[in-house]
Amino acid sequence: METLLEIKGLKTYFFTEAGVVKAVDGVDFQVGKDEAVGLVGESGSGKTVTGLSVFRIVPQPGKIIAGTITYEGEDLLAKSDEEMRKIRGRKISMTFQDPTTSLDPLYTVGDQLAEVIREHQKNISKKEAMEKAEKLLEMVRISEPHLRVGEYPHELSGGMKQRIAIARALASGPSLLFADEPTTNLDVTVQAQVLELIKELRETQKMSLVMITHDMGIVAEMTQRVEVLYAGMMAEVAETHSLFKNPQHPYTEALLQAVPRIDQRKTLRVIPGNIPNLINPPSGCRFHPRCPYAKDICSEKVPPLELTDNGHLTACHFWRSLSLTGT
Amino acid sequence: METSTQNLLEIKNLVKHFLIYNRGILLKTKAGEVHAVDDVSITIGRGENLGLVGESGCGKTTLGKTLMFLEEPDSGEINYDGMDMVAAFGSKDEEKIRRLRRGIQMVFQNPYTSLDPRMTIYDILCEPFIIHKHVPQKEWKERVYDLLKMVNLEEYHAERYPHEFSGGQRQRIAIARALAVDPKLIVADEPVSSLDVSIRAQILNLLTDLQEKKGLSYLYISHDLSSVRQITNRVAVMYLGKIVETSKTDEVFTKPLNPYTQALLSAIPIPDPEKNRTKIILPGEVPSATNPPPGCRFHPRCPYATELCSREEPLLREITPAHFSACHYSEKFL
Repeated sequence: METLLEIKGLKTYFFTEAGVVKAVDGVDFQVGKDEAVGLVGESGSGKTVTGLSVFRIVPQPGKIIAGTITYEGEDLLAKSDEEMRKIRGRKISMTFQDPTTSLDPLYTVGDQLAEVIREHQKNISKKEAMEKAEKLLEMVRISEPHLRVGEYPHELSGGMKQRIAIARALASGPSLLFADEPTTNLDVTVQAQVLELIKELRETQKMSLVMITHDMGIVAEMTQRVEVLYAGMMAEVAETHSLFKNPQHPYTEALLQAVPRIDQRKTLRVIPGNIPNLINPPSGCRFHPRCPYAKDICSEKVPPLELTDNGHLTACHFWRSLSLTGT
Repeated sequence: METSTQNLLEIKNLVKHFLIYNRGILLKTKAGEVHAVDDVSITIGRGENLGLVGESGCGKTTLGKTLMFLEEPDSGEINYDGMDMVAAFGSKDEEKIRRLRRGIQMVFQNPYTSLDPRMTIYDILCEPFIIHKHVPQKEWKERVYDLLKMVNLEEYHAERYPHEFSGGQRQRIAIARALAVDPKLIVADEPVSSLDVSIRAQILNLLTDLQEKKGLSYLYISHDLSSVRQITNRVAVMYLGKIVETSKTDEVFTKPLNPYTQALLSAIPIPDPEKNRTKIILPGEVPSATNPPPGCRFHPRCPYATELCSREEPLLREITPAHFSACHYSEKFL
């Protein structure tokens, strides 16, 4: 498969007054053409910051301090700000978790879409841009688009706002979409609508997808490959099916066993402890204080990322000897 | 006078509407009415965990608040442990009201806002003792330690402040506070929604443990159907202020008889790539409860709706033993 995006050894740190937060600490990540990849983790795992790093919009006091990010063979970290502007939206796009804050309350839906369209196609008139905006709304299945373009975000429901955020991200026909928790704030029946829409758009727009989420159900449904992050580092990377059936990292297993399922009642396995503080992360393997299989070496040595027999990448000292349970 | 009935809580025909006003310069005029809870009847047995599920705006939180009289119901009956709560709260007898409140406690969604940041955990857990005066002061310390132990926290945690705890620990403190007055019923409103996935299991298992050990009953309010399946015994599904289906949990999840429940269940992604189900994608979103659709409130989004549905409101009927559904065509799904 042709590689579209490749991240290697990414380190993004936040230099706060309390200390250096190692939000992303040596992450590799790849997306192929036409591929849907899940980037999974809990809060503080570094999944969102990885996304922001690709777009080079890491907020202050954050900084990318190491690593490479290449898109279609071009080094994104070497681009000038002006060049980067042309890549964002046109080649790679992102939708954010909360559409209520990512849309500007002072501009109509049409204005916000037209702004993006005109940013990338300088010679287009305002009227033409508005017509294109209506087409985009139609594409994301918003009824009566000619009326909606004149409305403000507060007049719309959460599901509609998320659709508009998706429409805006797709306005300039990107080949890769980062969707950061696109359904977290939505009701379940609306979540189903938005996921269905993203699936469809992937087909019709020939678009690759990075799904940033904490929901293993969405991962199972939407992706072909998954990367599991824990406390800013990679835990496991695998084909989605294989990850669920044969997890090779204790954290992946714990996640699968700790999440209740709608189709069965089971004994929930409790993951003890809490998500670590990233100013002072645990030594060695960052998961070791919560890991039921941890031994002395786990607190002493960072486990290297290794390729397992069934093609997973895992960062665990004991992957060879553990037999972990999947779903 | 007070007789012990079989059910701990019985709610009959409960109604709670909110009026919306237009505020003019001199007068405020009525602009509409939100039908938050509309003629709802539910029961919770002793030691039972009833799940109340539905999407935002369906009235599930209002129902929880109303049964604790944090919102006064417009009409309807609430019987708790054989006592008529509406009459008790109406009597303005402080002592009686306090006794009733001891029986029902609430755990809220967000443990970051439900604990006072300026109080130590010891003070937070002692406050119920001060209010209800049911524990002599010399036993406070011991009781606080007991409570902390019950929710798997340590004694030294008592001296700390809420900000020193993680979300999961804070939620456990909130549960300990609810337990401080030895309640029989806990209303838990989305208690795990604001927690990280690896933390949720701790709280869900704790709730189940307490139910078994202390014989507690719960009203577990949530939109997260997976956790409802996991911990409840019976489920009531709510849509726009009405109960549309209720039965034993496994029965509702395996043989839903209401099209709304069916759509809701099919919409949840299952964390297993081998489960490829056909989804029922509902059009539109939950309509406003200010002007609920006539007839069956679900009919504008229902794939099976007929002319009858837009005209006549379906009643909650017993379709199979102990399985109720409010749909004209429930028999079709047997």
